[in-house]
Amino acid sequence: MRDFAVNRTSGLLVLPLVCVLALFLVVPICLILVVSFWDYNEWNFFPAFIFDNYAYIFTSPVTWATYLRTLQYTVITWVFCTAIGFTVAYFLAFHVRSQTWQIALFLLCTIPFWNSNIIRMISWIPFLGRNGIANSVLLDAGLIDVPLEWLLFSDFAVILAFVHLYTLFMVVPVFNTMMRIDRSLIEAARDAGASGWQTLVHFVLPLSKPGLMIGSIFIVTLVMGDFITVRFMSGGQSASVGRVIANEIALLQYPAAAANAVILLATVLLIVSVMLRYVDIRKEL
Amino acid sequence: MPRSRSFYVLAAFFGAFVLFLYGPVITIGILSFQGPRGGLTFPMNGVSLHWFFDLFEEQAVGDFWAAFRRSLTLGAMVMVTTVVVSVMGGLAFRQRFAGSAALFYLVIASLVIPSILVSLGVGLVFNVLDWEVHWATSGFGSQLTWTLPFGLLIMFAVFNRFDGAYEEAARDCGASWWQTLRFVVLPLIAPSLIGVALFGFTLSYDEFARTLLTSGSYNTLPLEIFGMTTNVTTPVLYALGTVTTLFSLLVIAVFLVAARLQRRRLLAQASSGSAQS
Repeated sequence: MRDFAVNRTSGLLVLPLVCVLALFLVVPICLILVVSFWDYNEWNFFPAFIFDNYAYIFTSPVTWATYLRTLQYTVITWVFCTAIGFTVAYFLAFHVRSQTWQIALFLLCTIPFWNSNIIRMISWIPFLGRNGIANSVLLDAGLIDVPLEWLLFSDFAVILAFVHLYTLFMVVPVFNTMMRIDRSLIEAARDAGASGWQTLVHFVLPLSKPGLMIGSIFIVTLVMGDFITVRFMSGGQSASVGRVIANEIALLQYPAAAANAVILLATVLLIVSVMLRYVDIRKEL
Repeated sequence: MPRSRSFYVLAAFFGAFVLFLYGPVITIGILSFQGPRGGLTFPMNGVSLHWFFDLFEEQAVGDFWAAFRRSLTLGAMVMVTTVVVSVMGGLAFRQRFAGSAALFYLVIASLVIPSILVSLGVGLVFNVLDWEVHWATSGFGSQLTWTLPFGLLIMFAVFNRFDGAYEEAARDCGASWWQTLRFVVLPLIAPSLIGVALFGFTLSYDEFARTLLTSGSYNTLPLEIFGMTTNVTTPVLYALGTVTTLFSLLVIAVFLVAARLQRRRLLAQASSGSAQS
């Protein structure tokens, strides 16, 4: 009887949440799945049950190259975000001693997150451009004779922007996990004769794993699904799965875009479900 | 205890990271004061407010102010909905209920599913049903799939740390479920709600991918700005960037002050309450 009452109250409370997610997530994703089997011509798409969209994707060498490139972006971005994010969080959690400073510096790191990603991408132009700051500094220092052309609108710029935009998604969860590490454990390690480095590798790193996993989930999903950073920072020269989907949408080839979306979704969910095995998100909150 | 050498190395690394985060935005902040003949890069060709005035002229940047108003309205709608739905969801998830595990994973899925898929899917639904996409309907719903998971995860964190003794005390005094919620739980979690509101507003205000295919013929501000990047090649772009950055900072400041005031009021109430008893 009590179960029923709990279920009824909870059911009413989650009703709006369920409605929003059903209408704007579950139904749309199901429709993508359905439409991926539909057919299309130059100006319209219509119900059918064909596998052509998938057959085209799997037999086109472009697809494989695009996926490979997307995975490349993801792995490189992840490596940089993790290395930088872990170091920053470690400094904040273990080397800054007063709590006021900890909070102040943490906030300093999070403020850019509230700014528009588009603006943050645009803001690299004066730095990386042909006549930008980076080139003029290098020219003045005599390190190069002609301006580097690959700074802006290149894969380099794409990765740089990804790291710039998303490192924060690693800093926050790792910092959160580190703050919960029992300090007496670290002291015990020191007392037992562990060096600072040994404490870091054998205690802090393993204990930070849940935070690292949550950060990784964010970075992998954000980079895998991205189309705007790749398009803007590569000057339209590089492809990613997200961009392929966006292009097909622009050409009104919805069934083709849907088939690509289904494969992207399957890839992302597969990676995330593997990562989720190593972390219990509800315990980390 | 003296600082170890690793402290200074790490502090330098941290400083470089902060410079990396803020440097580019500060650069465009400076360049937006370019003289009327200045370009997109240094050197500065004089100093002026020319490009800021340009923002107010419609032909220079399209209908920037209308887009700003739309983004503001949409942000407010998303903010209110996110706060209300997240609090309700957070309350429900304090107990296990039928389907709670599945719903939790759906929330996580909402967070990890690439934005462009939501945009495409919602666009398709409206297309198939022959409804017109509009920022206040399809755009609004798409943005909620991004802001609600953040709001809910914050609420989970809040209720994980919430001391149930307060509610028990209220109930022992004869308060009903609603009274307990209204006079005990909500005032206690109010400072965190301001955090949820901040997430709701700014995530919506800055959202690009989810609104791309769902906003219809009227652009939100991020869409408008992105459109500008392809055809505007003057520092007016930087002026716009500087103005929206300052606006974001203003929003954060307002929310921080509100959270601080809320906490102070709570403490004042608590101390006056204990003085009375």
